[in-house]
Amino acid sequence: MSLILHGDAELWAIVLLSLQVSMMAVLIAALIGMPLGAALAVARFRGRQLLIILLNALMGLPPVVVGLLVYLTLSRSGPLGVLELLYTPTAMIVAQVVLVTPIVAALTRQTIETLDAEYAEQLRSFGVSRLASVPTLLWDGRIALATALLAGFGRAIAEVGAVIIVGGNINHVTRVMTTTIALETSKGNLALALALGVILIGMAISVTGAVSLLSLRQENETMRHA
Amino acid sequence: MIGSWIRAGMLTVALCATAAVAEENFIVVQSTTSTQNSGLFDAILPEFQEKSGIEVRVVAVGTGQAIKNAVNGDGDVLLVHAKPAEEKFVADGWGVQRQDVMYNDFVLIGPESDPAGIAGGKDIVAALGAIAEAQAPFASRGDDSGTHKAELRHWGATGIDVSAASGDWYRETGSGMGATLNAAAGMGAYVLSDRATWIAFGNKDGMKILVEGDPRLFNQYGVILVNPEKHPGVKAEEGQAFIDWLTGDAGQAAIAGYTRDGQQLFFPNAE
Repeated sequence: MSLILHGDAELWAIVLLSLQVSMMAVLIAALIGMPLGAALAVARFRGRQLLIILLNALMGLPPVVVGLLVYLTLSRSGPLGVLELLYTPTAMIVAQVVLVTPIVAALTRQTIETLDAEYAEQLRSFGVSRLASVPTLLWDGRIALATALLAGFGRAIAEVGAVIIVGGNINHVTRVMTTTIALETSKGNLALALALGVILIGMAISVTGAVSLLSLRQENETMRHA
Repeated sequence: MIGSWIRAGMLTVALCATAAVAEENFIVVQSTTSTQNSGLFDAILPEFQEKSGIEVRVVAVGTGQAIKNAVNGDGDVLLVHAKPAEEKFVADGWGVQRQDVMYNDFVLIGPESDPAGIAGGKDIVAALGAIAEAQAPFASRGDDSGTHKAELRHWGATGIDVSAASGDWYRETGSGMGATLNAAAGMGAYVLSDRATWIAFGNKDGMKILVEGDPRLFNQYGVILVNPEKHPGVKAEEGQAFIDWLTGDAGQAAIAGYTRDGQQLFFPNAE
């Protein structure tokens, strides 16, 4: 238990790195996934249904496979080896972006499609084209979209298969909560591993709670203005 | 109301921007789980880092995977324990030169109830034969690690085809040493482990060393600089500095000085 009771600085560094990696990943995934999902919701083209099915399926990407693909890409003998990104937090962010983007995009697509069905006629009557209505719809669905981001964050913060391959679980460099738990389990320190697990769950609850409160306040303000 | 979202966004960015600004002067060492799980690296690396200013980043995987990662150039130094595989690595041109660093030994662990009746034996091959005879559960690493290679060598000496019993009494976990010890504890299985990981292991739950002291259980660790001619990105100078320290007086003394529960875990034997 020394890591929890005495090694506060070390533990907090690990907690902070976990948050940094996963939040950055969700941020980037949002920048890619939200416009992508919204565009897919409003656009009409051949093969759209197929693309939606594919996107939904990608929500279940196995982390260990993503880790392997990112490893092969970033390895010194891989195509992006010269960037020297393997075994860095950046590599872990890249892997988590790949995991989280389909989740954000698919949930955004779902949300925006529902909103679009509601407001399409109204927007069209103002002469707003389908694609031009995307920003309006995204802003309107922001509360539901916060949940999409939380789903992505949950996936990222809890995942171990990808980050342990591309990060290498290097002490003080790429060691995060999940890889620490895996390491302590393999050392046979089961009680410590479990205690760390409780902290990880606490982190997830804190972030989820903060975003939920923010959304709730938003909702109230919106209702007051209406 | 936009303000609160902007504030949340700024908080996220600020959190990300403070991301660890690590030292530039570092090397990556591909190594095995036993050196990490036993706590050896945590104990000896700070001394080298302080002296040289070179940060050592350890990626701890099985010997087989460590060698493959090194072949891909994803490491500057390789520190593993499977001499034939290490010599092949150098012969194939991936490594510059192999040097002995330290040794310890493997031990056969099993449940205190000892269904195969092997406790106290000194002959690893006879013990494995008795386990097969009793069809008592045996947990194998099954991951091409140094320990797995050693285990298969001893099974080979018994003449028993364990692959035929795979999934029956012979169970391949495909995991690291610690995870396999956890599995063995859960199944009441026999398991071959390096002594260092076993001593440092926290979940010994009803298990103990049953067979030890066979000269064939010798476990040698070697260190190799990854060949910079194959991978120009290899930090040869810093990597060699680490190898020189590890095989020199200071490193060897640090290895000898590392103990757990009063027991020395690794014995330096660099030339």
